[in-house]
Amino acid sequence: MERSALSVTELNNYVKNLVDGDELLMDVCVRGELSNYKIYPSGHHYFTLKDAESSLRCVMFKYSAMKLRFRPENGMGVTAFGRVSVYLRDGAYQLSCTALMPEGMGDLQVAFEQMKAKLSAEGLFDQAHKKLLPPFPEKIAIITSSAGAAIHDMIRILGHRWPMTKVILLPVRVQGVEAPAEIAGAIRYANEFQIADLIITGRGGGSLEDLWAFNDERVARAIYASDIPVISAVGHEPDVTISDYVADRRASTPSNAAEIAVPDWHEMQDSLQSYEIRSRQAMEKTLKSLSQRLDALKSKRVLTDPGVYLDNRRMDLDRARDRLLAASERQLAAKRQSFVKLGAALDAMSPLRVLSRGYTVSSDPNGTILKSVKELRPGQELYVRFLDGTADCRVESITEGE
Amino acid sequence: MAEKMSFEQSLQRLDEIVRHLEKGDLPLSDSLALFEEGTGLLASCSKMLESAEQKVVKLRKGADRQPEELPFEDEA
Repeated sequence: MERSALSVTELNNYVKNLVDGDELLMDVCVRGELSNYKIYPSGHHYFTLKDAESSLRCVMFKYSAMKLRFRPENGMGVTAFGRVSVYLRDGAYQLSCTALMPEGMGDLQVAFEQMKAKLSAEGLFDQAHKKLLPPFPEKIAIITSSAGAAIHDMIRILGHRWPMTKVILLPVRVQGVEAPAEIAGAIRYANEFQIADLIITGRGGGSLEDLWAFNDERVARAIYASDIPVISAVGHEPDVTISDYVADRRASTPSNAAEIAVPDWHEMQDSLQSYEIRSRQAMEKTLKSLSQRLDALKSKRVLTDPGVYLDNRRMDLDRARDRLLAASERQLAAKRQSFVKLGAALDAMSPLRVLSRGYTVSSDPNGTILKSVKELRPGQELYVRFLDGTADCRVESITEGE
Repeated sequence: MAEKMSFEQSLQRLDEIVRHLEKGDLPLSDSLALFEEGTGLLASCSKMLESAEQKVVKLRKGADRQPEELPFEDEA
């Protein structure tokens, strides 16, 4: 039997037509484990889906791969969506994958966990990096939607608690493709122009999809880079976003953020009052202790009876005067005595005393006392002094010796 | 002077004053001066609290990207 041979291309084309025309193969949904996952510079992703016994080559073209919200990893159980097609060149069939869903969890959940692990490893959630919130912020920048309940709740609570703080809204979209870039941009802008001393960013509750902007890496990095402290306030209490982990403080809701951001006016009134009471009490205590000291002083005798003091001083004075007098008396007597002694001594040595016994003193006309006959010449004049007068004499003759 | 201090500064100073007074180791004239200062600060803080009126603005990027403040209208 003669059969006409088909070319390889013809056969492959035939199979391709069969496959392309099959309704089931046009839209399949297949479960398996990822392996050999490769991302080419072209942006296309190539991988193999396998189970215990078989494997399937898959490709995910760039435009589909861009929509992936998580990072596919080898070994991950997934469900792949797409159509089966034949690759003519190799005569092989493959799955042209349009979407991948992680098994067990939603893709967003997986994406969230992946982002969390990545940023955590980079240190974006480190406690050491977290800044303290200003206790009395002067200006708060709120980065959220200008519509919606969140902004109004925050304005109302801030106004009620601490009206002194100025509220500056930087309106942004909080959901949709544009949201992450807008939120991150507003955070950077607030820092660039030093718009406030505290930032609150967030939005009211919604689905995981609605809150997704706050799981975006760009928002996380902008929060991390902010010099102005940031409070993240996304959704309701159980919703936790990447922003919450990076922010300096997580608020469970926007309203809660407003409560965290500022002190309470009424509590402040109370604490002002307590300062007033404390300072008054302290002052009273000071005055009381001073008056007690005064009382103690008052009870001393010197103050209660000043006469005693004066009497004592008077007696002291008398005693001092007595001592002074006695001392001077003694000194005087001693002086007097020594004077008398001195007088007697002087008297004993006085030439007059000698004269009184009948001696005389001779002197030459110049008054020089003559002690030897050798100083005399006959005819010389001399004065002879007696006790009671002086005689002018002339020397007649001189005899030496006795 | 108290007028120019921010609420936070006033509160800090007030705290200092009360602690000093409570120590009670100051001469009477100093205590009285502090007490008077404290009373003034309390009055100005209370005044700040009483008279505060919330300001809310919406920011817009103006010419050269400079921030421009607009009144915030309720869009609810």
